Amino acid sequence: MNFRIPAAWAPYILVSPFLILFAVFGLFPLLFSLWLAFQSWEPTSGLDAMKFVGLDNFVFALTDGWFWKSLRNTLWLAVASGVPQHLVALPLAVFLHQGFGRWRGLFSGAYFLPYITSTVAIAMLFGSLFSTDYGLVNQALHAMFGTENINWMRSPEAIKPAVAIVVFWRYVGFNLVLYLAALQTIPRDLYQAATLDGAGPWQQFLRITLPGLKPMILFGVTLSVIGGLQLFEEPFILTNGKGGADQAAMTVGMYLYRLAFDFSDFGGASALAWIMFGVIAALTWLTNKAFADRRVQP
Amino acid sequence: MSSSTALPRRHLLAAAFGGAFSGAATVSPAAQAAQAPLTVAAFPLVDVIAKDLLKGWQQRHPEVRAHVISRQYDDHHTAMTTALSTSGHLPDVIALETSYLGRFSLGTGLEDLSAPAFGAERFRGSFVPFAIDTARNRQGAIVALPSDIGPGSLFYRADLLGQAGLKEADLTRSWESYVEAGIQLKARTGAYLIGDVRLLKDIIVRGGTPAGEGQFFDNQQRPQITSPRFVRAFELAKKVRQLGLDARVEVWQNDWAEMLKRGRLATEMSGGWMAGQMANWVAPGTAGKWRVAQLPENTYCSYGGTYYAIPRRSAPERKQLAWQLIQELTLDRQRQLDAFRSQDAFPALLAAQEDVFFDQPVPFLGGQKARQLWRDAARRIPVVKMHKQHKFADEVINAELDNVLEYGKPIPQALQDAQALLVHRANR
Repeated sequence: MNFRIPAAWAPYILVSPFLILFAVFGLFPLLFSLWLAFQSWEPTSGLDAMKFVGLDNFVFALTDGWFWKSLRNTLWLAVASGVPQHLVALPLAVFLHQGFGRWRGLFSGAYFLPYITSTVAIAMLFGSLFSTDYGLVNQALHAMFGTENINWMRSPEAIKPAVAIVVFWRYVGFNLVLYLAALQTIPRDLYQAATLDGAGPWQQFLRITLPGLKPMILFGVTLSVIGGLQLFEEPFILTNGKGGADQAAMTVGMYLYRLAFDFSDFGGASALAWIMFGVIAALTWLTNKAFADRRVQP
Repeated sequence: MSSSTALPRRHLLAAAFGGAFSGAATVSPAAQAAQAPLTVAAFPLVDVIAKDLLKGWQQRHPEVRAHVISRQYDDHHTAMTTALSTSGHLPDVIALETSYLGRFSLGTGLEDLSAPAFGAERFRGSFVPFAIDTARNRQGAIVALPSDIGPGSLFYRADLLGQAGLKEADLTRSWESYVEAGIQLKARTGAYLIGDVRLLKDIIVRGGTPAGEGQFFDNQQRPQITSPRFVRAFELAKKVRQLGLDARVEVWQNDWAEMLKRGRLATEMSGGWMAGQMANWVAPGTAGKWRVAQLPENTYCSYGGTYYAIPRRSAPERKQLAWQLIQELTLDRQRQLDAFRSQDAFPALLAAQEDVFFDQPVPFLGGQKARQLWRDAARRIPVVKMHKQHKFADEVINAELDNVLEYGKPIPQALQDAQALLVHRANR
């Protein structure tokens, strides 16, 4: 038998590996999680133990004190770690772009290094740095300001800044690389023309660099909003998966994982995941609106 | 590409697919299941014990291949949750830590070992009573057999106690006298009484739990957080923190280990296995300085333990083999003793507890015959019923204790808030 594939099928066969993998690892988990959000389920009893409960899981999630607590934590950490990332990365990128010439790659690589370092290694390192009695951070603060030792990991007030510092340190290099790439797309002629017109460095930064970087700022801020609201690894490992004292560093991502795997409530966790999807979508939309070009088209 | 090269490739593929299908067709599912290896899923240290047993077991059962799948503690229990929920890649034998057993036994994923096919009830009297009763599900059926337990005891630094002019009885008479002794210890030696007040709160709550009830919920699934034992535990914890008697370090963290090494923690409440952990890696340099006593106010409880269970939906062909293996893992006196010697796995098996090894001195504890003390404790531990929300309740209580200690929240308000959160979740 001469087996031939009709030419019309070829495109579908060629894209089928992606479609199959996407269906198995992308679409199916999404739909299953949507299905689970309407079920009550004791997972160790098997799939047939599911019971349809309508919107109960959503009502539970929205009236759950720990959801609101973890949402407040998430927003705090997203702002405290996200805003400084951009406030530092942007001027740093301009500085590296203008002042370091061919050494630029080396320095941006050094800043980028934390981004590609294992989260577990980072958390272990910072766990030692933040040690109350034997950590370098407390030793340095004591030497410089004479402060008492801070119990970074066991004090609700201290654990949030500790996590925010780790997240900032890890992602500032990523944003730096984004801004460096964008800076290289701004034509040099604009700066030369501005110099001829008598514009100083600050005016050039405000009138040329910042507007030129606007699309990349939008991209970077959007990634930070999404990443900040999905924050999981750093607080999870730094607090041994518990969220620290008074769950002060428990993000929504951590809580929904714990709700499913620690507290066996997969239905509630799935409902929470979809609520968070709504929150992230809304904030991303607001970010886009905030950066929208407000100039009126003629 | 020419057809001459394409055709052999097609034939090759066809042959490969054909071979795979014909292979599957000639071996029945039952035969495939029987040929598949007997799998034991375990976590560290338990995996070592299981592997040791399998070496000898395979000599007696050469027709059966068997192996141990080992994962880190949390990963193992997460993987077992997933395997039971989907009934996919189920091992034949599951090792479960006590705190997870409570949760797993509330579902229907574990095999009823009280059923005639297994007859686990006949072994009821072979184990310390609380250990076997902990392995019962809501219907009263045994769903796992206990291997090791962690009889709770108070570890204390005899040298620091001597420096402070205190006696063991000053620590153990009551929880109040324990705190008073802590004040003397701190004043005269500078050592903290305990790592963290959470440990103190936990044990006072557990010690006051009425027999047969849960630590946080009564038999009608109602949270009991506003009961007097919680009030007492919170008040004592607050006092200890205000007096600066706890080091505010979490067990197993670097700071905790460092403080043990440097003699900055005077006591530690834990299972008997802690002696081995301290001797082997946490604080070997402190050998001879530690002693153990029963917990204050004659409180008896277990810190951890291991059980073996069979998933209800594992391969039926291998269930009896799995059951044989579990019996060897839990009921063989010599193996239990070997595991105790090598891994500090205190045996739940009563027969193993009668060995002369229990009468020998423990060098790390200054030659104290501590195993006798742990044996005595093990036989007095009451059964504490597990609730599905046990782990959540534990964290809610800890969070409210943090609020009391860090923000000065009034204790009655903190306990009422915890109660309200648990009422909201009790029946989920």
